[in-house]
Amino acid sequence: MEMDDVVMEETPGTNAGEGSGVEVAFRSVTKRFPPHIIANDRVSFEIERGTVHALLGENGAGKSTLMNILYGLLQPDEGEILVRGRSVTIPSPQKAIALGIGMVHQHFKLIPTHTVAENIILGLPSVPFFFPAKREIRHIVELSERYGLRVDPRARVWQLSAGEKQKMEILKALYRRANILILDEPTSVLTPQEVEELFTTLRAMKGEGKTCIFITHKLNEVMAVADRVTVMRYGKVKATLRPSETSSQELAQMMVGKKVIAVVPRRYTSREMVLRLENVWVMGDRDFPALLDVSLTVSQGEIVGVAGVAGNGQRELAEIVTGLRKVKQGRLFLGEKEITHLTPREIASLGVAYIPEERHLGLVGSMSVAENLIFRTYDRPPFSQGFLVDWGKVEAHTERLISDYHIYPPFPALPVKLLSGGNRQRVLLARELERNPRLVIASNPTAGLDVAGVEAIHELLLKAQEKGAGILLISGDLDELLKLANRIVVLFRGGIIGEREREQWTEDDRRDIGLMMGGVKR
Amino acid sequence: MMGEIILSTMNRSLVYAAPLLLATLGEIYAERAGVLNLGVEGMMMVGALSGFIAAYSTANPWFGVLVGGVVGGLFSLIHAFASVTLRANQTVSGLALTLLGTGLAGTLGRGWEGKMLAVPIRSLPEEVFRSCPGVVRMLFKDTNVLALLGVVFAVTLWFFLFKTRPGLWLRSCGENPAASDALGVNVWAVRYGAIFFGGIMAGLGGAYIAIAYRPSWSSGMTQGMGWLAVALTIFSFWNPLYALVGAYLFGALFHLAFRLQVWIAPEILNSLPYLFPVIALVFVSRFAFRKKIGVPAGLGKPYERGTSE
Repeated sequence: MEMDDVVMEETPGTNAGEGSGVEVAFRSVTKRFPPHIIANDRVSFEIERGTVHALLGENGAGKSTLMNILYGLLQPDEGEILVRGRSVTIPSPQKAIALGIGMVHQHFKLIPTHTVAENIILGLPSVPFFFPAKREIRHIVELSERYGLRVDPRARVWQLSAGEKQKMEILKALYRRANILILDEPTSVLTPQEVEELFTTLRAMKGEGKTCIFITHKLNEVMAVADRVTVMRYGKVKATLRPSETSSQELAQMMVGKKVIAVVPRRYTSREMVLRLENVWVMGDRDFPALLDVSLTVSQGEIVGVAGVAGNGQRELAEIVTGLRKVKQGRLFLGEKEITHLTPREIASLGVAYIPEERHLGLVGSMSVAENLIFRTYDRPPFSQGFLVDWGKVEAHTERLISDYHIYPPFPALPVKLLSGGNRQRVLLARELERNPRLVIASNPTAGLDVAGVEAIHELLLKAQEKGAGILLISGDLDELLKLANRIVVLFRGGIIGEREREQWTEDDRRDIGLMMGGVKR
Repeated sequence: MMGEIILSTMNRSLVYAAPLLLATLGEIYAERAGVLNLGVEGMMMVGALSGFIAAYSTANPWFGVLVGGVVGGLFSLIHAFASVTLRANQTVSGLALTLLGTGLAGTLGRGWEGKMLAVPIRSLPEEVFRSCPGVVRMLFKDTNVLALLGVVFAVTLWFFLFKTRPGLWLRSCGENPAASDALGVNVWAVRYGAIFFGGIMAGLGGAYIAIAYRPSWSSGMTQGMGWLAVALTIFSFWNPLYALVGAYLFGALFHLAFRLQVWIAPEILNSLPYLFPVIALVFVSRFAFRKKIGVPAGLGKPYERGTSE
């Protein structure tokens, strides 16, 4: 069903009042990014005091832009913002802070080499001149106890887990006496248990009359924690309503504009092993073991999901299988062939495809789509004879892949950096999967993509599986793993803490895997 | 004999290394705020020339030092405008500053070439140290106030950088300007201030050379010391206290090159102070990478609000 034409009531303020009062109101806020992007198109809605208000939408729907405007990082081209009934202009974050607005960004804005306390007090003229961090520690500890946000104020930020960093970011806002807290996709880096903790904190803040704005594209979170939700699409407000008045299905349709397709993992039958790790030890960047005695297999046509909070050895796992990192101890096999000491190029030529987590490792942004598509094969026929590249053949090849993989815009000569995230990922997958690999290593292949992009990537992976490739899918997104994987192993502190194999995943599995991600053996 | 060499080396190092130390301290502040300034050599040259002319014309060496510092600071604002306001490439802008400064000083200083300063900054009279033990007397023999001030500067600047609120702001701007901005630190002002301060210090260093160390003017008298300052900034892990140690190490090497030429070919010795930073930098950068300390994460990156992701 096409939902493009469904017009929900766009009238702002139908739910305003109701005793609690309006904390923030947007009136026809418009923001353009020349030449032709309208990030926010006459956005109007109201946020009630003492509530958790979810802002739901796909990537590029304009949620973050709107919140950056509220936080003074961007200026609207038109429209008006009211805070507690008064019309305000917010030229800078300083002004936002003065108005009692705090923001926890999706990519934390923190300084890794500083301590937690130094990060929290930064920018405040009210802290003491001499030894500022040291003198404020007591105050910070008080706050963290009050809201259940436990972090050591003396720790260096680079030593913290993602969840702890987020707690610090919330403390930062509370320390500045924020009454309105904006959270930009706060759950994307958390374990399910940490998400619960976050929700507890939000409810505690709500209890004190504080207002939380919660940007997300996850429907279950909206249903779980939000009092009201505003759905945005293509920069416009589709609706503002209460979760109790609607359903996940309806919200999804408003958000995406078309029916969401659910994919069920296909069963695999083969038992032929494509990848085998035998008691592998690997050192991390900071000279301590990142993988400890890991043994793992991937069979033909099997998708093995690797779950875990980022930083528990996933990166190193991907790097040793692709030959980018040296193994300290143990052996790796691709089929029957040992690949422990082979170079990345040798391993790739044996039929291993790699979709790295950082896109810039897989693609060269300033080079063209055509060039990026032949990085693995430029040096052999049909693309090169001797040391000359046959650009005619490359172009024909590129045009075929562009149409097969729906890469848009369809120009072979376009630098890859000008494509959207989803299309960049298609270029990468086109190159890697076109070779009919035996093994695919995919590291968070859908991170940062919108729903349509995620679907496309998932379909490509499933197609590769159907053709018989074994897939090692490393992902921080548990939903993605539950959707695609035949088997899930959980990495915790460099070791496999647990494993599950299912034809159909259940809520119990989700809970167990979530606990294992947090280090609890099940 | 050995003791005498060590003491006199330390003593000469104090005098020789002072301008290097001053310039390095200034560059540390600029880089800690996230701005790479390769214009140190140029700022030292204009500081040296203007300081020399002021001291020569007024017969007041301290006025010359003051002028050298102010002119160095003003000159650095060219880099500040280009790199902070216009968000130009800092490497290019800094190099341009060096070319401009050395060129300007060479051209404008043509009429002053070879002139000597009648009233330089004099060494401290020996009476000051009369009551001290012999070792101290030897260590501070023929040193001057400005050279000794370098030590005070280094300690003060270290304390300011690591133990005070504005110091924290400055370091934050160098590590993550977007985060600092979001928390209400005025990145623009901090960076301008740090560059300006760096210019003052480089100008002081230049003026010191032309007014105290070798009270005269000749173009090229800074002898690449501005570049050494850039290297020493890295070598000292952007820490004023380590810069103190590093600067005197360089100073000692220069003096030793002079002392040891009886035994070792002077060509080799003279290259030592320049060879040393190359070797040191290799080791330092390896060490720093492992320990996750050192280079400010935002160094050399122009900051523009809203585009940092």
